[in-house]
Amino acid sequence: MFRNPRRVLILLFLLTAVFAVVDLPENYRVKFSLFGRTVDRIINPPTLRLFGWTKEIKTSLGLDLAGGSHVVLEADMKDIKASDRVTALESAKEVIDRRVNFFGVSEPVVQTAISENSYRIIVELPGVNDVDRAISLIGQTALLDFREFTDPDEATTGAFVVPMLTNTKSVGLTGRDLSRASMQFSPQTGEPEVQLEFNGDGGKKFADATTRLVGKPIAIFLDEVPLTSPVVQTPILDGKAVITGTFTQEAARTLALQLNAGALPVPVHPVEQRTVEATLGAESVAKSITAGAIGLGFVAIFMILQYGRLGLIADMALVLYGLLSFGVFRLFNITLTLPGIAGFLLSIGMAVDSNILIFERYKEELHAGKPWNIAMEQAFGKAWDSIRDANFTTIITSLILYNPGNWNMLPSSGLVRGFAATLLIGVLMSLFTGIVATRTLIRVFYKEKRV
Amino acid sequence: MIRFSKYIWLYVVLSALVLVPGIYSLIRNGFHQSIDFAGGTLIEYRTDKPVPLAVVTAAAEAAGVHMVSLQQSQGDSFLVRMKQEPKEKIAVLTEEIEGRASVSAAIMRNETVGPTLGAELLSKALFAAILAISAILAYVAYAFKNIRFGVAAIIALVHDLFVVLGIFSLLGYYLGVEVDTLFVTAFLTTMSFSVHDTIVVFDRIREYMKRDRSRPFEEITDMALTETMNRSLTNSFTIIFMLVALVLMGGETTKWFVVALLIGTVSGTYSSPFVATPVLLLWHRWEKRRSLRK
Repeated sequence: MFRNPRRVLILLFLLTAVFAVVDLPENYRVKFSLFGRTVDRIINPPTLRLFGWTKEIKTSLGLDLAGGSHVVLEADMKDIKASDRVTALESAKEVIDRRVNFFGVSEPVVQTAISENSYRIIVELPGVNDVDRAISLIGQTALLDFREFTDPDEATTGAFVVPMLTNTKSVGLTGRDLSRASMQFSPQTGEPEVQLEFNGDGGKKFADATTRLVGKPIAIFLDEVPLTSPVVQTPILDGKAVITGTFTQEAARTLALQLNAGALPVPVHPVEQRTVEATLGAESVAKSITAGAIGLGFVAIFMILQYGRLGLIADMALVLYGLLSFGVFRLFNITLTLPGIAGFLLSIGMAVDSNILIFERYKEELHAGKPWNIAMEQAFGKAWDSIRDANFTTIITSLILYNPGNWNMLPSSGLVRGFAATLLIGVLMSLFTGIVATRTLIRVFYKEKRV
Repeated sequence: MIRFSKYIWLYVVLSALVLVPGIYSLIRNGFHQSIDFAGGTLIEYRTDKPVPLAVVTAAAEAAGVHMVSLQQSQGDSFLVRMKQEPKEKIAVLTEEIEGRASVSAAIMRNETVGPTLGAELLSKALFAAILAISAILAYVAYAFKNIRFGVAAIIALVHDLFVVLGIFSLLGYYLGVEVDTLFVTAFLTTMSFSVHDTIVVFDRIREYMKRDRSRPFEEITDMALTETMNRSLTNSFTIIFMLVALVLMGGETTKWFVVALLIGTVSGTYSSPFVATPVLLLWHRWEKRRSLRK
C-alpha cells in the first residue's frame, strides 16, 4: 500500500493530526467570539489510556528551565569495606529518597553515580530554592535505633500502639551493632523476608534484648521515624534474626536497604550545587522560543527564495518535523533543558539539509537534460547515499554524548544529555520528514510545466 | 567548473590565519575556566535598580569574598564568580550589596562546584571525543572502502576542533569568555558537523571516481567541489540563521555555547572543500610520485 503516494499522503495527514493533538499547549486559555458565540476554554494535551496503561502528555522541563536545586553529594567511604561500598551507596540513596519524599517535593530525582573511586548521589529537587536547608535535611548520616515501649501495657501485641520517640526508649542497640541486612526468601514458605546479621558485640546485646522482650515488639527507627516493629518470637542468641511478615518483594528490599543505611553509615557532603530561580528559567524558555521562531522564519523564507515551490514543500515537511520531534519529546519524557532547546533548533537547521541535497541533485539532473519527473526520482535515489552517511556520524556522536549505557568513562551530565537526546531525535525525525514526507508531497502535488 | 585545486596555498594561508594565533593563545593563555572546571561559586543577582559594578567590587571586598570575575548580564542582573565560599559569606555579600547600593537584591542562580569535579569532567570529555573520532574514522573508512578518505576527514575534523579551541582561548583572553560543560558539548558536536559535511563532498568524489577512472584526480575533485559548493553554502546559511537568531535573542546562559556551535559550523563547512579535499589531493600526488620513482 506504500507504493501509492496518495495513500502515504493520507497517512502523513493522520500522523500530523495525531501529533498536533499531542503537541497541544498546556493550560492555554482560548477565548474568542465567532458568529455571536463565545468560546472560552483551557486547552490541555489529552491523557493516553491504552489497556489500563495511562500516560499524561506533558513537557518535562529540566531544572535550568523549571527552577530548582541540583545537588551532588559525595559519600565518604573510607570506613566502609570495598566490597560493601555499592550496598552502602544504595542504602544512602534509599534514605535520601525517603527524606526527599518527606520534604514534599514533586517529581524529585535521586540517583547514584559511581566513577573510579568516588561514590556520589545526585539529587534534583524541582521548585526548591533554599538549597542550604535542603542539604542540611537530606545530607545527614543515617541513624538507626532499636527501641522498646516504655509502658509495658502498650508493649503487648494486641495493643496496636504506634511506636513514637516519646513512648519508646532505646534498647541500647544502634546501626553500629548491625553488620548487614538483606532480603531473602523464606526456606519454609518462600515468602520474601529480611535477614539481620549482628556483629559480635551487637549479637550479645541483641541476645539480651530478645531474651528480655519475648512476645513484645522491638521498634526500629531510622532518622527518628519508625520503620518497622517486629515482635520477638523467641530469644535470638546467634546474632542472626529474620523479620517475617506479609512483605512484597519490593517492600522487603526497601526495608533491607534502609536497615543497611544504619549498618553501613556513610557521611555525605555536597561537592556541587546549582540553584536556579523559576522566573529565570521561564525567561530563558520565552527567549529561546522567540529566537527559534525568528530563525525558523528565516530558514523557511530562504528555502522559498532558493527553490521556489520546492522550497514551500520543504517548509511543509519542516512543520511536520517540528510537530513530530516535539511530540516525541513529550511521549518519551525527554527532559528539555536550555541546551536541549538549542540542540532542537540546531537540528531544524540540519533538517533542511536533506532537502537541499536532493533539490541540488534535481537541478543537476535537469541540466543533464532529463525529464523533470525522472530527474526528481533519481535525485532522491542519488542523494540518499550521502544523506545516510552524513547523518550516521551525527547519530554516533549524539549516542556517545547521551551515554545510554551510563558508562563511567563518558560524560553523564544532565545538560549534555539533554542536548544529545534532542539532537538524536532531531536527526532521526529529519531523515523521515526530509525523505519520506517531502518525496510524497512532491509526488502528489508537484508538477513541472516543462515536459 | 572552478579550478579549486589550483589554490591550495590560499587555503593553507586562510587556515593558518585562524589557527596560528589561536594555537599560540592556547599554549600561552590556555582557557578561562568556568567553575565547572576550576571549582568555585557563581551567583547571579537581580536588583530592582541598576547597581554600578564598582559598588559590587567594594561590597565583595568588605564581605571578604574572593571574587574572580564580575559580569553585567542583561537588565539589572550581574554574575559574580568567586572562589568556593560558604553560605554565610554569601549572605554577608548580599547584605553589603543591598546596603551600599540601597537596592533589594535577589539571588537568581547560585552554583557551587567542588574542585575535584573539573578534572573528571575533562577526562570524560576527552574519552568521549576519542571514542567518537575512532568510530567516525572507522565508519568513513568502511563507507568509502578507503582509509585515505577516513584520514582526510579526521584531519579536517581536527582542524575544526583547533579552530574552535583557539578562538575560545582568544575570546577568553580578550573578553573573559569561559569554557564550561556546555562548551565541551559544542566541541563534541562540532566533530559530527565537520564529518557530516565532509562526507557530502567525499560522496560526490567517490561517485565521479566510479564513473570515470581515467580522469585526473584534480579534475574529479574540482568537479565535485563546484557542484557541492551551492549546497554547502545553502546548508550553512540555514544553520547559521538559526544560530545567529539564538545568539542575538536567546538567553545569556547559552550565548557562548551557541557561538561555539556557530564557529564549529562555519569551520566545518569550510574544512570540507578546503582542508579535507586538499589532503586527499596531496596524498594522491604523493603516492603518484612515489610510484613513479620506483
